[in-house]
Amino acid sequence: MKPNIAHIALAAGLVASFALNAIAPQLDDYAVNILVLAGINIILAVSLNLVNGHTGQFSLGHAGFMAAGAYTSSIITLSLSPVLSTAPAWQGHVAFFGALLVGGVFAALCGFLVGVPSLRLRGDYLAIVTLGFGEIIRVVIQNTEALGGARGLEGIPPYTNLLWTFGIATVAIYVVASLVNSTYGRGFIAVRDDEIAAEAMGINTTKYKVTAFVVGAFFAGLAGGLYAHFISYIAPEGFNFLKSVDVVVMVILGGMGSTPGVAAAAVLLTLMNELLRDFEQYRMIVFALLLIVLMIIRPQGLLGNFQRRKRKPAQP
Amino acid sequence: MSLPVSSLLRPLPLHSSSRTRFHGSLSTSSTAVLLAALLCGLVLSGCKKKDAAGNSNEIVIGEFAALTGATASFGQSAHNGVRMAIDEANANGGVLGKKLRLVTEDDQSKAGEAATVVRRMISRERPVAIIGEVASSRSLEAAPICQQNKIPMISPASTNPKVTKTGDYIFRVCFIDPFQGAVLAKFMLQRGWTKAAILTDVKQDYAVGLTDFFQDYFTKNGGTIVSEQSYSSGDKDFKAQLTSIRGTNPQAILVAGYYNEAGLIASQARELEIKVPLLGGDGWDSPSLVEVAGEAMEGNFFSNHFSSEDKSPAVQNFLAKYKAKYLLDPDAMGALAYDAAMLLLDAIKRAGTTESAALRDAIASTTGFPAVTGNITLDASRNASKAAVILQIQDGKFRFVETVAP
Repeated sequence: MKPNIAHIALAAGLVASFALNAIAPQLDDYAVNILVLAGINIILAVSLNLVNGHTGQFSLGHAGFMAAGAYTSSIITLSLSPVLSTAPAWQGHVAFFGALLVGGVFAALCGFLVGVPSLRLRGDYLAIVTLGFGEIIRVVIQNTEALGGARGLEGIPPYTNLLWTFGIATVAIYVVASLVNSTYGRGFIAVRDDEIAAEAMGINTTKYKVTAFVVGAFFAGLAGGLYAHFISYIAPEGFNFLKSVDVVVMVILGGMGSTPGVAAAAVLLTLMNELLRDFEQYRMIVFALLLIVLMIIRPQGLLGNFQRRKRKPAQP
Repeated sequence: MSLPVSSLLRPLPLHSSSRTRFHGSLSTSSTAVLLAALLCGLVLSGCKKKDAAGNSNEIVIGEFAALTGATASFGQSAHNGVRMAIDEANANGGVLGKKLRLVTEDDQSKAGEAATVVRRMISRERPVAIIGEVASSRSLEAAPICQQNKIPMISPASTNPKVTKTGDYIFRVCFIDPFQGAVLAKFMLQRGWTKAAILTDVKQDYAVGLTDFFQDYFTKNGGTIVSEQSYSSGDKDFKAQLTSIRGTNPQAILVAGYYNEAGLIASQARELEIKVPLLGGDGWDSPSLVEVAGEAMEGNFFSNHFSSEDKSPAVQNFLAKYKAKYLLDPDAMGALAYDAAMLLLDAIKRAGTTESAALRDAIASTTGFPAVTGNITLDASRNASKAAVILQIQDGKFRFVETVAP
């Protein structure tokens, strides 16, 4: 296959992840902490953007998929930890990768299960169903003793590093960008721009919507797994509705349907949260004001491409 | 008619144009990668690893608390307690001839934030020890980080047993859930209440733990649980659960949860003419408890870390100083946080240094430290073993009933 710019970007991103991981020992813990959170937010925002931005389906359940992935992968690494604690480090990381993938697949399965019945709904109704679904996952975990219930799971081995985080973030960006820009992927945009017209053109809109949902949920699951193995402690309260809203804010701020835009917004919001710490209790006010100002200046988001939907006035 | 139209509408011409767009918009995605790398670079240039402890004339004490968000009431009280202890020590000339500097970070009562703020504090300020947090879930996030950096952490009020199991640098100055659950069970059995109902806030790790350990002690010592009901923080209506509990005729009801819901539960229980006493844990300790429920709260009991009615000079001194400084009555969180800070300062004095291993050993060897919330002796698993008090609500005040020893 002839290498094109997408593959070059993918390779560059992976090399950059390696490089970042190599210089990690030079950085202090706080800087690494911010970078990892930024990377996880990129994955969450880019994957939600496939559903909310590119396909135009308003989902509010991203934290639920994140929880599904976080708990699945944590249960796996926790049950393997007696064996892995004595094994060489690389074996631990291989097991971690396997656990992440299983977590992602399980989240994707959840995405499929909720997607098939609910994606026949549109707009507000879909938003409510996905919101409800996210809450169901959280409440189920909260009441399952084997998953730690409300007390959470602690002692999760901290495998997450900059290589895993940015490697997976790069792959997420690559997959979503390639998918949307492929011949097949024009269908996502067709569904967003005009669902009835797309249907009339012979596009199976439900199939496209479910695909977007499943891929989005898969990467949310990976992000959840990375988060769990970074913080080492997860509790259902951390995956509540507000977490989903945080991700939606990133997508809207970055520009619905713009992969570079939402990735930049994810980084920007993570940094803003940290830079504003010196404002102490006024932080959230400043944060909200900045968001309002940004949305007034650029209603289409940082790098939003909604302007192409504007029709030029018809020439006589 | 339909055939030619559908063939006309087939999306044929997309192929060629989609190829070109493919290239175009992926170059924007690579600019995004560049942009991200640039932003990262910006952060990193500001956060290079610093050398430890710049100023040798001061001792930095770290604190993280929920100053905003859902449990801000506890966080603010804890912060007041810590600040008072540090200010007092500074007014008396500091510790080891050095001034103390308190660094406080707000974790907004949010998951994930505690880990971030503790890393930030450790990287930027290199505190000799860290005090926090009230909520067990957030202490559990911070504990592995403190352990890894070998910085002693003292939690004022995290009662989940798992917190100090993280490692030998993690301590607490409060009793733990198993003890508190047993205290409540013991108290009920002493009064001859052998039929109890339980109403648990399943959303709170603290409440679930309390219920588990209560149930364990209660059933093993001859009690029976006649009804187990649950709710979630934020609920407003508890009549369904209470009606079901009423049908089983318990002699007392354990309401494991925080003060906000406990108040509502008490008033709704009285509306349903449930006359048996309600019992709770230290999560009830807030002036808001009585504000919400008013009369309905009368006669109910809860276990706590200290009683402001205690006549001992340590407690009365603390109350007077706290009121003078903040014009408020302290709650148990304020007292515990004050104790945590005082215990730490005492340990620094005893160690004669702020070197982490020596300080850890000094904290671990604390015995009979005279604190506001009772004499503190740290046991081998770094938990404080001390008595709990049972309080009863009478005329809107928390009256001391009895002390239950471990």
